[in-house]
Amino acid sequence: MEKSSFCLVAPVWKQSTRGIRGLSGLAAPEGSEKKGRTLLQFLADRFYDMEALREYLLHRQMLKVHQKNRSFTNIKTRYGPEIAGAFFILKQGGAVKFQGKEWIRPSGRGRFSLEFLKLQAVPVEAIDASGCAINYTGLDNLLPLKELRSLWLQRCPHVDDWCLSRLHGLAHSLQELSLAGCPRVSERGLACLHHLQNLRRLDISDLPAVANPGLTQILVEEMLPNCEVLGANWAQGLKGASEEQPQDTASPLHA
Amino acid sequence: MLVATQGTVLGGTVLRGAMLRSLLRLAVCRGLLARGLGTRRGGSTWDWDAELSNVKKKIQSILPGGTWDPLYDTRHLPPERSDVVIVGGGVLGLSVAYWLKRLEKQRGAIRVLVVERDHTEYLAVVDAPPLDLQFNPSGYLLLASEAGAAVMESNVKVQRQEGANVCLMSPEQLRNKFPWINTEGVALASYGMEDEGWFDPWCLLQGLRQKVQSMGVLFCQGEVTRFISSSLHMENSSGEVVTLKRIHEVHVKMDNSLEYQPVECAIVINTAGAWSGHVAELAGIGKGPPGTLAGTKLPVEPRKRYVYVWHCPQGPGLETPLVLDTSGAYFRREGLGNNYLGGRSPTEEEEPDTGNLEVDHTFFQDKVWPHLAQRIPAFETLKVRSAWAGYYDYNTFDQNGVVGPHPLVVNMYFATGFSGHGLQQAPAVGRAVAEMVLEGSFQTIDLSPFLFSRFYLGEKIKEHNVI
Repeated sequence: MEKSSFCLVAPVWKQSTRGIRGLSGLAAPEGSEKKGRTLLQFLADRFYDMEALREYLLHRQMLKVHQKNRSFTNIKTRYGPEIAGAFFILKQGGAVKFQGKEWIRPSGRGRFSLEFLKLQAVPVEAIDASGCAINYTGLDNLLPLKELRSLWLQRCPHVDDWCLSRLHGLAHSLQELSLAGCPRVSERGLACLHHLQNLRRLDISDLPAVANPGLTQILVEEMLPNCEVLGANWAQGLKGASEEQPQDTASPLHA
Repeated sequence: MLVATQGTVLGGTVLRGAMLRSLLRLAVCRGLLARGLGTRRGGSTWDWDAELSNVKKKIQSILPGGTWDPLYDTRHLPPERSDVVIVGGGVLGLSVAYWLKRLEKQRGAIRVLVVERDHTEYLAVVDAPPLDLQFNPSGYLLLASEAGAAVMESNVKVQRQEGANVCLMSPEQLRNKFPWINTEGVALASYGMEDEGWFDPWCLLQGLRQKVQSMGVLFCQGEVTRFISSSLHMENSSGEVVTLKRIHEVHVKMDNSLEYQPVECAIVINTAGAWSGHVAELAGIGKGPPGTLAGTKLPVEPRKRYVYVWHCPQGPGLETPLVLDTSGAYFRREGLGNNYLGGRSPTEEEEPDTGNLEVDHTFFQDKVWPHLAQRIPAFETLKVRSAWAGYYDYNTFDQNGVVGPHPLVVNMYFATGFSGHGLQQAPAVGRAVAEMVLEGSFQTIDLSPFLFSRFYLGEKIKEHNVI
C-alpha cells in the first residue's frame, strides 16, 4: 500500500492503492459510505497518519460500549445481584420495575434516584432496556435476576444472536420478551429461544436482519407452541409463492 | 566480417555455413532495425493524445510508489524481500498474518507476505460494514453409546473446567427435548447450551482477508516451487553431527507461466493445509535416513471428505443443533427451508481417492443415509439436493495439528495438519504461532505438545469423539 506521512508532499500521484499487488481490493465500502465520501475518509485513503487516527477513533467508540457494559461487582457484593442489575439498567438509560413497586425511570438527563438501594430483598420483575447499549458482556448483569418476568430489548443496537444464546439462564421465569427493531438479531439467534419454555409473549416484529420474516415466524411458532408470537404478518412473505423460495446460503465447504 | 565470410562460402564446410547463416540473420535484423529507425524519424503519423497519456503513465510509474522496473512490469510479482513468508492463504495463514500484525512491537515493523496458489469487533475495519459470520448459536449435540459414555463424561468435565456451558442428558431427557430423535443405542448425550454452534467459513475467510489487507499484509498469487537454504553442520554434546538448515529464499512461481520471483525472507510459515507435506518436502524435511530426526517426514496428506445437502419436508425444526451420531454420521439445518447438511467420515478402508474432487453419491446411499434414518426416523424420506467434496489436511500420525518450528530447519514454522478442525482452532493457533515467531516461545497458550518433535519421539496426542 503506497502512502506517506501527512506533513510530506501533496498526494498528486497517489491513486487510492487499496489494491494489493496481484489481487484487486476485496473491500469496497458500500451502502451509506458511498453516499458521502467525507474528508476524513478521503484523507485516510491517502495518509497513514489519518488512517491511524480513524482506527483509533473506531477503537475509542468500541471501548465506550465496553465501558457501559462493565460488571458492577462492588454494588453486587454490597447490595446483591438484583440491585446491581437494576443499577446497570438505570445507568444505561433503561427502566426497572421491582415486584410490587412502580416503574423507576431515569430523567431526561440520565439521573435517577437511589431509593431502590433500600429494596434489598425485592426481586426485579420487569426491565425495559429499549434503545440501550447492552451487549453480550452486559448481559452478565442481567442473568442473575432469577425472577425476571418481562424483558424488553427493543431497538438495542448491540443485541445480536450471541446474546440470545445466553438468555437460556432466564428460562425459569421469563414470560415476556421483546426484540422488536433490533438490527443485529437474525433467525439464527431466534433458534436459541427454544430454551425459554415459559415464554408466553414474544415480539419479533421489524427485524431487518431476518431474511424471511413470514417463514421465520411460522417456524418460531412451531418451536414455541405455548407462546404468542407477534411479528410480521405471515402472509407478507407469500406474495409471489414461486419466486419466494427461501435463499439458502450455499457457500463451499460449509460444514 | 560479412565480406570475409562471403569470401569463404564457396569452399566452406558445414560449420562455416552455419556461422554464415547466423551472421546473415544478425545482419538482416540490424537492417530491419535501421529501417525502423528511419521510418520513425521520417514518419508523419503521430498520435499526440495517445503518446501524451503513455508518457504520463510512464512518469507516474517511475516516481516513488509506482511499479516501474527498468526491465519490465512487475505488478503481478511478489516483492523481492519480505520478513515473513506465509505459504498458504487459508484461514490458518490469514490468522497467523493477523496476529503477527497485531502483536508487532511497532506499526509496520514486520513485512508479511501471504502466498496463495488458488485466489469480521477484532476484525472491524474502518468504513467497512461490521463482519457477519452467519453464526448459528444452536449448539452441538453429541450422542454416545454405552461404550463411549465414560469418555464423553470425562470430556465434558474438561470442557466445563475451561468454562464451556455443556449439559449431559439421559435418553429420557433427550426424548423430551428433541422428540424427533430415536434414542435406541444412546446412553448419554452432551449438549452445548450457549456460545456453541456453526458459522460460515467463507465469511470468516473474507473478513480476515479484508482486515489483514487493511493492516498492511501483502498478498500474492503464486505457487511456492523451491526453497534456497544454507546448511550448517554442528556437533551436539554426544558428538553426533547435526545438520541445521536455514531458508534464505522462496521461489514463487506465477500461474500459467515459467516466471518466478525469488523472495528473500527471514521466516517461512507453512500453512499450506492439505499440501503442507509437499511444501515440507521442498524444504528438505524427511530427506534423511529413516528413523532419525532428519528422516522424519511431515505426516500431513490430503484426504477427501464429502458433504451432502438434502431436503426433508418433515424434518426436525428450528431448534435443531448439529447432531453427531454414535456411528459418526452428522447433520445440521441449513437455512429456513427444511434443508439439511451432513455427512460422515469414512473408515480407513473406505478412504476415497484424492486425485479429484468428484462426489461419490453411492457413499451417501450406503454409508450415511442408513445411519441418519435410523437415528432420525423423519429422514427416511429425503431428497439429496447437492453435494461437494473438499480436502482435510489429515495428519496420519494422530489426527491433531502440528504447531511450531521444525527442530532442524530452524526458520520454518508449521500450523497445519488439523484434520478437519483447522477452522475452529485457527484464531488460537494463529496467535500461538505469531507469539512463537515474535517472542520465541508460546505466551498465552502453551501448545508444546503439538510440536513437530513428537513425530520423531513417537508421542501421539489422541482425541476421542472425532468427526
